[in-house]
Amino acid sequence: MEKLIEKYYRPRLPHIWCPGCGNGIVTSSIVKAIDKLGLDQDKTVIVSGIGCSSRASGYLDFDTVHSLHGRALPVATGIKLADPELNVIVITGDGDGTAIGGNHFIHTARRNINLTVILFNNNIYGMTGGQFSPLTPTASKATTAPYGTLERAFDIAELAKAAGATYVARGTAFQSKMLVDVIAEGISHDGFSLVEAVTQCPIYFGRQNKKGDASAMLKTQRDNAVTVEAAKKMTPEQLEGKFTIGVLHKSEAPEYTKQYQGVIDRAQKGAK
Amino acid sequence: MAIKTIGKHCKGCGVCVTFCPKQVLGLDALGKITVLDETKCITCKQCEMRCPDYAIFVEKK
Ligand SMILES: Cc1ncc(C[n+]2csc(CCOP(=O)(O)OP(=O)(O)O)c2C)c(N)n1
Ligand code: SF4
Ligand code: SF4
Ligand code: SF4
Ligand SMILES: [Mg+2]
Repeated sequence: MEKLIEKYYRPRLPHIWCPGCGNGIVTSSIVKAIDKLGLDQDKTVIVSGIGCSSRASGYLDFDTVHSLHGRALPVATGIKLADPELNVIVITGDGDGTAIGGNHFIHTARRNINLTVILFNNNIYGMTGGQFSPLTPTASKATTAPYGTLERAFDIAELAKAAGATYVARGTAFQSKMLVDVIAEGISHDGFSLVEAVTQCPIYFGRQNKKGDASAMLKTQRDNAVTVEAAKKMTPEQLEGKFTIGVLHKSEAPEYTKQYQGVIDRAQKGAK
Repeated sequence: MAIKTIGKHCKGCGVCVTFCPKQVLGLDALGKITVLDETKCITCKQCEMRCPDYAIFVEKK
């Protein structure tokens, strides 16, 4: 890890995240995936929105854009269309990616443009002090829901699949080796990839919901995450309260920048 | 020394202490990472993998 920090991080550590925050673990998993694939650092771009998680881009030594709240995907789409040779990785949060940025999320998935989205899911708006997000489990406490949330949460993996994403996976900060593998596979996949990274915000989600400290929250991830393979052999009762990790969905569809090149070619020939 | 700690980066979250299978690690009076008994270390690197702050690194001897 020490060598990876030297190679891929800007010399501005320690980062600002709270003690025990999972963001540092998810960020290093992204770096390990990039290193595993041997991506050219000068041909890899990282775009993020706004939130604690989205601050990750500022620590990484690539061409990075720390964009606007909810707007990482349009920015990333522009970059990918301008130069489809670039590896474009998007870092977003559950609030950034599914609340204010939810519309961009479904339409970018629908287009199947070759971007890899790592959605840091800590079930809360961390940066602004613990408001609930569309991924906050029902009945959780939040500063905007002192009696518990009423709304049902999205299953972002199912939503991505329904919207047209061609690679969907989930990992956790605890099972970080698997997280590295699913991120690497997502980056290699030629199309829109979503990796939901389940992570802990001990300060706002944890405290308000009595989830214990960072270690306890990591143990909860360990105890509730079930691999796709193991889940197949389990009954619905056994799966109660659990969630699946691994590659959840893979399909084939035309990739947007390639289709767009076809349009450019036709236009240049003067054909309609 | 096979275990390297960076006090400046450590935020004292205790994650490495919890998940070390051999009770090698602890926190000092200031709440910073400290190595209690390096001889017990099995270089499994769990601490390095789980530290959210990149404050502990273990080299295989
Ligand atoms: C247009 C706009 N609206 C609201 C905000 C305030 N704001 C900043 S971060 C954030 C939520 C971030 O939540 P999430 O994406 O889950 O990130 P986390 O901090 O939990 O990692 C909000 C509402 C903003 N910066 N810009
Ligand atoms: S508020 Fe939560 S998500 Fe933000 S840095 Fe602190 S622990 Fe992490
Ligand atoms: S390498 Fe393993 S045994 Fe050694 S200190 Fe770290 S967690 Fe403990
Ligand atoms: S996990 Fe890292 S930050 Fe937390 S106590 Fe251990 S060395 Fe310090
Ligand atoms: Mg969040």
